[in-house]
Amino acid sequence: MAEYLASYFDSQWHWVAYALVGLVQAGLLLALILTGAAVFIWMERKIAGRIQDRLGPSRVGGRFGWLQSLADGIKLIAKEDIVPAAADGLLFRIAPYISFMAAFSVFLAIPLADGWVALRMNVAVFFILAVAGLEVLGVVLAGYASGSKWSLFGAMREAAQVVSYEVPLGLCVVVPVMVVGSMDLVEIGRAQSGWFWQWLIFHDPFTFITFWVFFTCALASVNRLPFDMPEAESELVAGFMTEYSGFRWSVFFMAEYTSMFAVSCLAAILFFGGWNGPIPLATMIGLTPDNGALTEWLGNLLGMMNLIAKGFFGVTVMIWTRWSLPRLRIDQVLTTCLKYCIPLAAAMFLGAMLWLYAFPGGVVSRFVQTSPVGGTPTPVAVVDGKGGV
Amino acid sequence: METAAINWHSFFFLLFALVACTFAVAMLLSSNIVRMAFYLVISLGAVSGLFFLAGADFVGALQLMIYVGGTVVVLIFGVMLTARAPFLRMRTGVAQWALAAIVGGCLLAVLLQAALSVDEWAPPSMVGENPPVSNTYTAAPLGLGVLGVRVDQLDEEDATLRNGMSGYLLPFEIVSIHLLVVLIGAAYLARTKRRPKEPTGDRQETVEPMISSGK
Amino acid sequence: MTIDLLTQPVGVSHYLVVGAVLFVSGAVAMATKRNAIGVLMGIELVLNGANLNFVAFGSSYLRGGSQGGVGLDGQLIAMFVIVLAAAEAAVALAIALNFYNNHATVDVDQGDELKG
Repeated sequence: MAEYLASYFDSQWHWVAYALVGLVQAGLLLALILTGAAVFIWMERKIAGRIQDRLGPSRVGGRFGWLQSLADGIKLIAKEDIVPAAADGLLFRIAPYISFMAAFSVFLAIPLADGWVALRMNVAVFFILAVAGLEVLGVVLAGYASGSKWSLFGAMREAAQVVSYEVPLGLCVVVPVMVVGSMDLVEIGRAQSGWFWQWLIFHDPFTFITFWVFFTCALASVNRLPFDMPEAESELVAGFMTEYSGFRWSVFFMAEYTSMFAVSCLAAILFFGGWNGPIPLATMIGLTPDNGALTEWLGNLLGMMNLIAKGFFGVTVMIWTRWSLPRLRIDQVLTTCLKYCIPLAAAMFLGAMLWLYAFPGGVVSRFVQTSPVGGTPTPVAVVDGKGGV
Repeated sequence: METAAINWHSFFFLLFALVACTFAVAMLLSSNIVRMAFYLVISLGAVSGLFFLAGADFVGALQLMIYVGGTVVVLIFGVMLTARAPFLRMRTGVAQWALAAIVGGCLLAVLLQAALSVDEWAPPSMVGENPPVSNTYTAAPLGLGVLGVRVDQLDEEDATLRNGMSGYLLPFEIVSIHLLVVLIGAAYLARTKRRPKEPTGDRQETVEPMISSGK
Repeated sequence: MTIDLLTQPVGVSHYLVVGAVLFVSGAVAMATKRNAIGVLMGIELVLNGANLNFVAFGSSYLRGGSQGGVGLDGQLIAMFVIVLAAAEAAVALAIALNFYNNHATVDVDQGDELKG
């Protein structure tokens, strides 16, 4: 697209074309995320209402309150911009955007369909883990810069919680990476193509349990109930978000929903086949790359809708969990992490590794060949190019 | 009239380099400790971007995760545990600043002279319109290198150098033990020490509460 | 010269310049900051400047696609430096906290009990 647009300009103004196209692509991704956030906010209030035996929003935009999120957005933008007197001005203003930036950057590396990814890296999983851990910076800065005790306590608890849960999260994520042999999410998705028994969650009992540990750690990572302590309304006023109102608060809120969606999409790709459905519908009706570029595009479109549906389902389960379970205390949160999640994740990692060793055909044989008598392993040529090695 | 197109790699290099250097100097000149930590975060994030631009994907992601996501959080924790209002701003004397500036300036001059004078390090020339392409699939070779198998040096003639002598297995093991020692040591060093108990005086026996807390 | 910077590919020397600036600011920070945690931040900057140098030497992209540099060794060494720097930051912070517990301040100028 960029070259097409650039052909309309003189060669020294090519950069305008490239910049415009870059902005358009970034804008499309941003639009997807923000629309998702708006839908999730509505879904949360509706599901919360139904679980609590009431209706939820039902006035704005018809019987189901479709436009409630839009009304909320307009209200939040129109609110007065309050900055506390004791607050550090620059840090207070910039902290929500840091959180949002971290949550949004995760989508740089998540493939929506086979090959449809903004930035294809062969360290995609590692990148996502790294960037998801940056959200805590925005929170800590917000808590400190608010100049209020409640905010500081909430921020410290949040930082302790998120940083602690990064460890079992990383261990859980390593298990599907080990099974597939690559950190490239496109490769991991491709390895699960076919019927639903190809999904990594059904690969062996260890990956099955790993998914549940991953889900628990992901809930803690995005500060959802039952790990809600840092923003608990009944405990710390609103934790680190106490002094934020109006548009800045909505940016924090969007960051939270964005990271929920990102973590659900990541779980879908790692464990539930990503864009490959339970039944290989696209190949069954002939939407494969073999039949031409248009059918490949349509097949990928179907895959993308599949992945987004799985992400939505994940978010729905998170919302459902939030309104059904009680909140854990901060010491219970950290106990769960250190005494239950980490040993369980480490045991699953060990188990998955032994399973792969016992039933070979996996990663190691791609790189080294051991002779049957047990001689010294010799390195074989590394697969180059788009093999994602 | 320039007819050369913008090299986007160079543009982003310039952007990240300016951000990294500016915020490093801002960190140097600031006296508010939390602002210093914030500027350090941005500077290290820009350095991570520079790593990505040099083709070192894995090291860039490692920098983001460990430095920006870990070390700086630790620093901010340290700041919050030790920051009290009178100590938030500690100013150094002018004489010390002048001395440090002179020495720093000389060091910078020496380093710049060394950086710009070696021919081998000069920028490569463009081949036609296309910038050079390089292999950024570094994760697996790095991992295997750490295990002792150098798959990036397959054309090395010496068999011992190819198979393990130039691998990094020993440093990897040493670093693992080192990290364990550091973890235990740092936790021990920074533990809360019990203060000697002061006499509590008369402690009134509380009346039995009507509703038990059910702990 | 700025047009050259924008249109020509960058080489190893550009990275070395950035590394030098980071190193020197870190060194001056270590020398002038009175807050112990400020000194720690200076240390991190110094290590990052060195890391940039390592990665630049090991990058084949900056040499126009040809080998001849340090190769993957540069990235491996940078990896080890990052990990060890994180460990050292943890210990240094523990020392700073200990200092704070004993002196009720993090001002390193107050740590002069061995003086004279």
